[in-house]
Amino acid sequence: MSETDAAWIDAALTSARPQAVGALLRYFRNLDTAEEAFQNASLRALKSWPQNGPPRDPPAWLIMVGRNAALDEVRRNRRQEPLPEDDHAISDLGNAEEEIAERLDGSHYRDDILRLLFICCHPDLPPTQQIALALRIVSGLTVKQIARAFLVGEAAMEQRITRAKARVGKAGVPFEAPGAVERSERLGAVAAMIYLIFNEGYSASGETAEIRKPLCEEAIRLARLLLRLFPSEPEIMGLTALLLLQHARAQARFGADGGLILLEDQDRSLWNRKLIAEGLALIDKAMRHHASRPYQIQAAIAALHSGAESPDQTDWKQIALLYGALEVMQPSPVVTLNRAVAVSKVEGPAVALAMIEPLAPRLAGYFHFFGVRGAFLMQLGRNEEARTAFDRAIALANTSAEAAHIRMHLDRLMRDSEPRGRRAGR
Amino acid sequence: MLYAILCYHDEDFVGSWSKEQDAAVMEKLAVVQEKLAGQDRLGPVARLLPTTAAITLRKDDPPLVLDGPYAETKEQLLGFYLVDCGNLDEALEVARDLGAANPGGAYEIRPVGMFAPGGLKP
Repeated sequence: MSETDAAWIDAALTSARPQAVGALLRYFRNLDTAEEAFQNASLRALKSWPQNGPPRDPPAWLIMVGRNAALDEVRRNRRQEPLPEDDHAISDLGNAEEEIAERLDGSHYRDDILRLLFICCHPDLPPTQQIALALRIVSGLTVKQIARAFLVGEAAMEQRITRAKARVGKAGVPFEAPGAVERSERLGAVAAMIYLIFNEGYSASGETAEIRKPLCEEAIRLARLLLRLFPSEPEIMGLTALLLLQHARAQARFGADGGLILLEDQDRSLWNRKLIAEGLALIDKAMRHHASRPYQIQAAIAALHSGAESPDQTDWKQIALLYGALEVMQPSPVVTLNRAVAVSKVEGPAVALAMIEPLAPRLAGYFHFFGVRGAFLMQLGRNEEARTAFDRAIALANTSAEAAHIRMHLDRLMRDSEPRGRRAGR
Repeated sequence: MLYAILCYHDEDFVGSWSKEQDAAVMEKLAVVQEKLAGQDRLGPVARLLPTTAAITLRKDDPPLVLDGPYAETKEQLLGFYLVDCGNLDEALEVARDLGAANPGGAYEIRPVGMFAPGGLKP
């Protein structure tokens, strides 16, 4: 098998996986059996496809072969004796493949994929387990790859996934076709889980940023998949747009030293125009539905940033309004903090500072609160108080990049607060 | 005669390419395009954004706007080339060259009835 073949088959298996494992899960009603069946089918594909050429419909082929292999397994165990290998029948599926493909074109596979994604979002599972499970089951990443992305050992990740599977198994998987309300609830849970996957990659910094970037790409792939299944859901358009617009800045977000570069300081020529174009197209589509929800609003905010050629051309007024709308839908001190940043650009730091003062008790442990507060105070010339806020921010920083950024502010404060005479004499 | 070469492929599959795989395919296609351009036979070339970005306008009365691509097919229209060819054999030749650079999926080869080059700059 040539390298191209191997790469081709790899991509085909990855893209067929959600549909195939989803269908096998519906058939066997057991996650381990479904995964094993897919694994078996994949091994046979590696053997059969280079010889016989790729099938017209890889997911249908994999479902058919996986199902047969698993049934053989059951029969073999029952008879306690091995059946003869029958690869010939498998590579010559002919009509059977077309038949099953036809059935797949129906509504089933949409719910299959949604179910597969949904069982990963079980409310009993902590977010880290949800993500790990989805990456393993839906995306088909190896435990090693997932462990690497989470920066933990392989054994620890293996354990995490096994635990998650056990919990999902105990909870029971809902197999009946969901009703409209249930489907929309599932969709919401799955969207949140995809956003979590994205954030795992997006919130990484420094050396780990490059390692974790595939998480962002995988989240985008899943979001596009979900949107293809539910093409008229404005919130899924919003989610996909949000991920695309944020990921479009990936190349500009970190300096050569791994330090975080804030939006206003980024080299905008490094932004990925193709991803931005796709994100904007999706927002345009979503807006037509007049059903604004949080992902769409966040995407619209990201779009306004993407549309500004330079930071001073940013439409802060519109951004402040959008944060206001988000605040109504999803009241949270963090959203208010973000709105205050936009307001500070329009109405000045005094108004913005007054907005965030009441948040202090709830954000007492939040790095960004003190970073933002310090910045407002600095703009108002209240340097002593600004320094106190920045010191607090550094103490709360989650990453060295965050701390380094605040230290930059502190350095600026130091310079500015030095007596003029001394500076001139330097 | 101008021929449109319409590129159909499984979007999920193309979307599963790694960045390196995608770049490698584009590079190989560029070689074919450069050859055609050198012979002054290459017209506009487009790679379309995913079908998730598509909207369909049904020209009913009143017109109906639908989310998604026009046709729900296993393989989707992902892009097109316009190429000047002496005859169908030549057009097939070009499609075969493109197909060797980017295997999988299908090309629909359609003679062009009317072509207005327009004034768009890339």
